[in-house]
Amino acid sequence: MVINAEEYDYYELNRIITGSDDTDIDVSGVMGQRYIGCGASNKSITVHGIPGNALGAYLDGSTITVYGNAQDAIGDTMNGGEIIVHGNCGDTTGYAMRSGKIYVKGNAGYRVGIHMKEYKELYPKIIIGGSVGDFLGEYQAGGIIVVLGIGCEASVPVGSFCGTGMHGGYIFIRGDEPPRGLPVQVCCETATDEDKKIIKEYVEEFCTHFGYDAKELLASRFFKLTPNTASPYKQLYTNN
Amino acid sequence: MLEKEGQIRIPSGCAISGFISRDGKRICGDRIVKSISYMHDRSNGLGGGFAGYGIYPEYKEQYAFHIFYDSNDARVETERFLDRHFDVVNLSRIPTRKHPNITNEPLIWRYFLTPLPTKLASSQLDEREFVAQCVININDRIHGSYVFSSGKNMGVFKAVGFPEDVGEFYRLDEYAGYAWTAHGRYPTNTPGWWGGAHPFALLDYTIVHNGEISSYDANRRYIEMYGYKCNLLTDTEVITYIFDFLNRKQKLSFEDIAKIIAAPFWTEIDSGKYSESEKKKLKYFRNVFSSLLVTGPFSIILGFDGGLMALNDRLKLRSMVAAEKDDMVYLASEECAIRAICPDADKVWSPRGGEPIIVTLNDK
Repeated sequence: MVINAEEYDYYELNRIITGSDDTDIDVSGVMGQRYIGCGASNKSITVHGIPGNALGAYLDGSTITVYGNAQDAIGDTMNGGEIIVHGNCGDTTGYAMRSGKIYVKGNAGYRVGIHMKEYKELYPKIIIGGSVGDFLGEYQAGGIIVVLGIGCEASVPVGSFCGTGMHGGYIFIRGDEPPRGLPVQVCCETATDEDKKIIKEYVEEFCTHFGYDAKELLASRFFKLTPNTASPYKQLYTNN
Repeated sequence: MLEKEGQIRIPSGCAISGFISRDGKRICGDRIVKSISYMHDRSNGLGGGFAGYGIYPEYKEQYAFHIFYDSNDARVETERFLDRHFDVVNLSRIPTRKHPNITNEPLIWRYFLTPLPTKLASSQLDEREFVAQCVININDRIHGSYVFSSGKNMGVFKAVGFPEDVGEFYRLDEYAGYAWTAHGRYPTNTPGWWGGAHPFALLDYTIVHNGEISSYDANRRYIEMYGYKCNLLTDTEVITYIFDFLNRKQKLSFEDIAKIIAAPFWTEIDSGKYSESEKKKLKYFRNVFSSLLVTGPFSIILGFDGGLMALNDRLKLRSMVAAEKDDMVYLASEECAIRAICPDADKVWSPRGGEPIIVTLNDK
C-alpha cells in the first residue's frame, strides 16, 4: 500500500496504516505526523519525510524504516520490532523501551534510552551511529545501548551526566576516552573481546543497514558501562 | 464567566518557531503561519501568537503600541494617558479578518507614538526607559487595558485560538518582516486568555516559550524590585523582563545572559571543561544574579531589534531544532516546522541545553 501523507493528520494517517490488511506500507510526504505505526504488529512501514514525535510508540513487532530524520521519542515504550532511521533522531530515543531494536545512522539527542528495561526474553537494543547528547541511559534498567561515534569530532561521543540513575543493562561507547563525570553508581571499563561479543550481532546489523565495516568498528576501543550495585543512586536534581 | 489564570488548572505542551533573514530580506508573514501550523498537535487552541520584525518601515522611528481593551472606557482612559505622554502620529484598529475559530475578541488598537519632548526631558529618563515605564504604568494601573507590543518597527499579534487561525485573523499575509517568531499554546495550569498568549513583549524584546518555570516566584520577586510588574498572570512574562533588565539596563550581551538564566551546574563549572577566566565569570554570574536563574523545563526564542536568540534549559527538557539555508536561520520545537517552509536546509542541528543560538542581521 502506498500512502501520500500530505493530506492527513496523525489520526487519519494512523487509522489508514493500522487498518490496512497489507503488510508492506510505504508512506511518503510525511511532515510531523505523530505516532506513526503506533502499536503495529507484523508490518513493514517505510517513511519518507520527517515523522513526528513518538514514531513507533508501543511498536509490537513491525519494522519501520525512515528515510530522513526522526524527531523526539521514537520507539516510546516499544515492545518489539525494529526502527531503522537513515538520518538523525531527537531526544528520548527509545523512551521506556521494553524490547526490539532501534538503529540510527546519525546522531541522537538527549536522554537516549531513558528508562529502558528488560524482562526475561524481552531485551531492548539501541545502536546509534554518531554521537548523543546528555543523560545517555538515564535511569536505564536493562537492555543495551551502543554509541559508535562515527564521524564525531569530540573525544567522547556522549554528553554530560551519562548513566545518571542507571541500575541495569549495558552501555557500550566507542572511543579512546571514557565519558567524563560518570556518577559513582556506574562502573566504566575498557570492553574486552568477550564483552564485545555481546554487541557483535547488533553492530553487524547496523553495518548491514547503513553500509559500514563491522570488523573495523568492532576492532576499535569500546568502553563498557554497567551499574555498580555497591553504590546506591545519588540525587542529581537537589545538589545542583 | 471565563475563569482567568490562577483560577483553574489545566494540564499541559507548546510549540515555538522562528526564522530570520540575515540579509534583512523582508519575508511575508504567511511563511511563519505555515511553519507553526505543522505543530498543531502541540497546542490546544487556547493561545497563538506571532512577532514580526521590520514590519513597519513607514513608521520605523515611532514606537508601535498594540493594545487590548476590555471596554471602550479602558480605551478612552488609555488614550488620555497616551496623549499626555506621546505625540500620537497615527492610530487605528488593527485590521482583522472574521474567523469562525476566533471569538470573544477584545478591542484591538494600534498607535504609532513619539514621546513628547517636554515630558521626556522632565522625566530625566532615557527614551526607552520612559516608554517602558509608560507600558508598565498602563498595564498596571488602567483596568482592562493591556499593551502587548511596544517596540519600534516590530509588532506582536496574539489571541486565544490555534496559531494558524490567529495568523489568518490578523491578516499576517499582509505584513513582511526580516524576522518572525510564533507560538502555539497549550496552557500549563491555566485556561488561557488574550493577554496570556505569547509572545510577551516589552519594547522590542519578545519571548515565545515552551515550558514551565519552576523558579517563577523567585524570578518575579527579584525583577519586581527593579520596577517591573508581573501582572499578566503567566510565567513567561518574567523571562521577557529578565532579558530587558539584563540586556537594556545591565548592558550584558545575549551570550552572557544565557550563562545567567541557564547557568551551568556547579559540578559542570568545576569539571575542568572551562578556562580559569570563564570559570570565574560563570561563578560571578551565578552569585550576583542567583535569583535570575530560570529553572524547570524551557525552550525559548527571544526576538530583539536586529536578531533572534534561541535557548533551552540546561537539562534540555524541551526540544529545539535549528537549521540554516543561505542567509536564513530557522529555529523550532520540531524539525517538521522548519522542513515545511525550507525543505532543503543546508544544515540541521539540535543545540545543547543552555547553549544559545544568537543570530543577528549582517549589517548590525
